[in-house]
Amino acid sequence: MPRTIALLMAGIVGCYGLNWFLSEFIEVVYVDYLNLIGLSIILAVGLNVVNGLTGQFSIGHAGFMAVGAFVGALASILFTYGEIAAGPLEHAGLAQFLLCLLFSGVAAGVLGVVVGAPALRLRGDYLAIATLGFGEITRILLTAQDSLGGPTGLKRIPKMPLLPGASGWDGGTSVFWIYLFVFVVIVLAVRLQRSTFGRALIAIRENELAAETMGVPSARMKVVAFVFGAFFAGIAGALYAHYQHSVRPDDFTAVRSIEVIVMLVLGGLGSVTGAVAGAVVVTLLPQLLRPIEEALGIDGLSMVVYALLLVTMMVFRPQGIFGQRELSLKLLRRLIPGRRKESP
Amino acid sequence: MTALLETRGLTIRFGGLCAVDCCDLSIQPGQLFGLIGPNGAGKTTVFNMLTGVYLPSEGTVHFGGKLVNGRNPVQVARMGMSRTFQNIRLFDELSVLENAMTGAHQHARINLFDSLLRTGRHFREEERQRDKAYRLLEFMGLEDRAGLPAKALPYGHRRRLEIARALATEPKLLCLDEPAAGMNTGEKADLAKLIRRIRDELKITVLLIEHDMKLVMGICEVVQVLEYGKTIARGTPAEIQSNPRVIEAYLGGG
Ligand SMILES: Nc1ncnc2c1ncn2[C@@H]1O[C@H](COP(=O)(O)OP(=O)(O)O)[C@@H](O)[C@H]1O
Ligand SMILES: [Mg+2]
Repeated sequence: MPRTIALLMAGIVGCYGLNWFLSEFIEVVYVDYLNLIGLSIILAVGLNVVNGLTGQFSIGHAGFMAVGAFVGALASILFTYGEIAAGPLEHAGLAQFLLCLLFSGVAAGVLGVVVGAPALRLRGDYLAIATLGFGEITRILLTAQDSLGGPTGLKRIPKMPLLPGASGWDGGTSVFWIYLFVFVVIVLAVRLQRSTFGRALIAIRENELAAETMGVPSARMKVVAFVFGAFFAGIAGALYAHYQHSVRPDDFTAVRSIEVIVMLVLGGLGSVTGAVAGAVVVTLLPQLLRPIEEALGIDGLSMVVYALLLVTMMVFRPQGIFGQRELSLKLLRRLIPGRRKESP
Repeated sequence: MTALLETRGLTIRFGGLCAVDCCDLSIQPGQLFGLIGPNGAGKTTVFNMLTGVYLPSEGTVHFGGKLVNGRNPVQVARMGMSRTFQNIRLFDELSVLENAMTGAHQHARINLFDSLLRTGRHFREEERQRDKAYRLLEFMGLEDRAGLPAKALPYGHRRRLEIARALATEPKLLCLDEPAAGMNTGEKADLAKLIRRIRDELKITVLLIEHDMKLVMGICEVVQVLEYGKTIARGTPAEIQSNPRVIEAYLGGG
């Protein structure tokens, strides 16, 4: 517990430093990439608990992100302006912003229970189809909500709260807030993994019948994993909404869910490090390819490269970049040659 | 003395096949009970009904005086019945130690937030599980493999790890499904000693399914013989060995 508080402090200071550095010295477009990467990391690390750790194939993650985005956006608009109305953007207040994120996470988490409790009784393909359906239904229901702007969604979503001493682009706050939650989700995911609950989840993935026979309540544990993922997808949605200042239901199509799956598969299902690596690659790839696309006049090249990358990966390294390993000091030490213990 | 495990008219049908037909078992606390029979006799199916994997078509299972029928495997495990599997079911990607720790999970008295926030309770629970698992690995002679992934274990060790994991649930009754399958003579002798120590030192009642007659006859006090789902004999090893019906079932083929 004291370590947790110290760690959180360190996270806040670290993210503040990163935020300051980036807004002082780095061009806005690169900061934008970094923010998109951060959002992807939150999504991927959360979903990894479900798909990687517990081995339940869910592809409705965008649905939870959508719910978080709309709940957080609406709450923030009402807190900041009192009504949905045109006008200049303002910064959300600190307490209100945190409350909005909490609403988003909790709304998505509660939905996670509602969807997960029945859906997680399904296996394999059936679970995949059910979660995919959930994501699409959520999006379509949101499109039909005139009070939430219908297909055009919500606009004029406040900026993230100002930080003392920070300035620059976007009030110089988004990196701080996004990476603070990147930090939080990584710490919590690693802690979950390295606990009796994490072992229970892995046990379910490895052999569900044996896990149950050992007294692991698999139905309940799967819902726990699902809610963890949903909660952080909700937070990511709220951060996204505050970052873009507008959200549309179509920001959360099945393609986005599949993108997150691609991140996990690429990085290595079951590894937090892999999820992070996958999020970086999949988020950057279209950005890096765009100049080439434009130069050659080939639209959609990035989709082709995506597909090729995935196929290559499946053929040559089906376990993903990291497999189930984590980047740790131990692994780093093993990778550095000449530091191996001499054996007689 | 009342039986720890008692089944009455236990029957299960798969389509037209009556895999287990009116099986009555009565296992006293502290007993080392053997269940034998040719391949396909229905022994594993009996285990599956005892542990909540299959719902019996007819008949009842009572464990510690409580009705088991209708409970799922998690509930049965939490009643104090644990088992191993004929086709080994380990958690391959977890380490040997972690496999055994998973057995102790059901006794964890902490919630998720203890682990996420790393409270003192989390660390105490981890220590409790690690100590317990390590002691059981020592008991099963696996302590120097504790850090290996379970998938890296050789066959005989995998069977022993399954037993260690089952013991970590602190069962009153341990059900072993052909634990000696695939072991050589030396390993079998070691295993026989271990099974006896589980009963004598850990005071756990053991229900043993085993193909190896010598092993069963050497350590069990009561043996029941199944053939085509029906009980054909029940008694002490000496009685069973001289029972013409049993000799026929085992030697007559079928
Ligand atoms: N789920 C099932 N569906 C259909 N038949 C089954 C099922 N489980 C077991 N059986 C049948 O029940 C019989 C007994 O099998 P089993 O209990 O595994 O025998 P044993 O363990 O004594 O070798 C076999 O004929 C087997 O094919
Ligand atoms: Mg069998």
